[in-house]
Amino acid sequence: MLDDFFVRALIAGIGVALVAGPLGCFIVWRRMAYFGDTMAHSALLGIALGVLIDMDQMLGVFAVVAVTALALVALQRQRALPTDALLGILAHSTLSLGLVLVALMVWVRMDLAGYLFGDILAVSRGDLAVIWGGGLAILAVLATIWRPLLAATVSADIAEAEEMRPGHANLVFMVLLAAVVAIAMKIVGILLITSLLIIPAATARRFAPTPEAMAVIATGLGAVAVTGGLYASLGFDTPSGPSIVTAAFVLFLLSLLPPAVARLRTAKEARP
Amino acid sequence: MTVAGHATATLPSTPRPAAPAAGQPPLLVAARGLGVKREGRWLVRHVDLALHQGEILTLIGPNGAGKSTTARALLGLIRPDAGTVERARGLAVGYVPQRLTLDWTLPLTVRRLMTLTGRHPRADIERALAQVGIGHLADARVQTLSGGEFQRALLARAIIRRPQLLVLDEPVQNVDFSGEIALYELIRGLRDELGCGILLISHDLHIVMAHTDTVLCLNGHVCCHGTPQAVTESPEYRRLFGVRASGTLAVYRHHHDHIHRADGSVVHLPPPEES
Repeated sequence: MLDDFFVRALIAGIGVALVAGPLGCFIVWRRMAYFGDTMAHSALLGIALGVLIDMDQMLGVFAVVAVTALALVALQRQRALPTDALLGILAHSTLSLGLVLVALMVWVRMDLAGYLFGDILAVSRGDLAVIWGGGLAILAVLATIWRPLLAATVSADIAEAEEMRPGHANLVFMVLLAAVVAIAMKIVGILLITSLLIIPAATARRFAPTPEAMAVIATGLGAVAVTGGLYASLGFDTPSGPSIVTAAFVLFLLSLLPPAVARLRTAKEARP
Repeated sequence: MTVAGHATATLPSTPRPAAPAAGQPPLLVAARGLGVKREGRWLVRHVDLALHQGEILTLIGPNGAGKSTTARALLGLIRPDAGTVERARGLAVGYVPQRLTLDWTLPLTVRRLMTLTGRHPRADIERALAQVGIGHLADARVQTLSGGEFQRALLARAIIRRPQLLVLDEPVQNVDFSGEIALYELIRGLRDELGCGILLISHDLHIVMAHTDTVLCLNGHVCCHGTPQAVTESPEYRRLFGVRASGTLAVYRHHHDHIHRADGSVVHLPPPEES
């Protein structure tokens, strides 16, 4: 039996998986898992600030996450602290700031667990439009920077020397990531967004011959994980985010299962 | 691929002239008083150089001499702290950096690597790969290549754009001796075929010398420069590289009766002339 809210959650979740796939591939290739995590953590601060100044929620999250990402890039360039330390500082500081702000605003009642772990009940028709509209826009922009971004991922120097403007591509990529965090927040929750980016991409890697194929496969796996997770969430009355991530993890484990197949593939890939 | 086995047998007699006879070919890139500083220390300083179309310029020098730094400044990858760099307008560059580590999670075939910075028709890809002798590896995963094969793949990627300026930072690293000669021979062939200028970086003097027009010997500054002959004979060069360096060209007399192509086949060489 499909209640209306469930169909909305399903459509929203698949919309998120659509963008998480290709962007997640870049996160895996560029070893940015903790970078993405830090961006997602700062989303709660965005929610709190959004409430405080009466701003649209997704817009507030997008703005704060984007600023956090750009600040991180700027701090990384200064080389004052190693990146992992920077990420640790920013991830937890922004999350704590958000929690403190929420607690201070006694006049607002907020479902914290819903923000942190996702809440399928919270997806409205308006959200659906934003998720799909935003998602398609993100994909369209990603398509325009795909080649430079991939070139920069392989070698920033080659990309720069051959006039691919890798700096520009990186900047756009950060903004796209911030947008994904903003639209994915309701489905998986801010603490689990990174996993939706990484796990399908990591699962897809074993089956993909090219970067582009990996992006497509990751998208498909993400959609399967979202569907399976949401059904499980409905069936077992578990929070939507963790259920989706668990489903993605199960897919990942399944992909490890047939070692015989994998070995056959490597043998085929290896040169004759 | 034309594996130039004969390079082992023939001695480089006279260095090529710095520029073709007919007029002055267009300037591709030039540096005047170039200097790059890191944390208060000059990595390289007072570098003057000019590279014209159809010319091969080789930067040699010990490790840490500032060769890569100079090349990176010429490419605009780092901003010089002193002096100026001038590049021809809209210069099409092909670049093989010194170090490139690919994340193993990136599924990249040699074929896909070829279109990294631009689209190219399938035929061009096959041709470029064949040119560097790895036509049979088009569908291999880049991460499964040996060091030498990877260098060749990077070189093919750089030349497929038909660049006006080819910058090769230690292109023969991880390549065995006979492969090294073949690669330099190939690089010279590319210059003739593409008519491009080539900036070559090497810490290894032996084989470079036969295939270059101008040598710039760097050690934080320009020690000496000129034709390979002139440089090897200069006292600065000998001081920098020691007595062994004076016998540099003797390496060519080292006799191999066969060489191995990149695809593993063996090519027999004509017997050497006694020296």
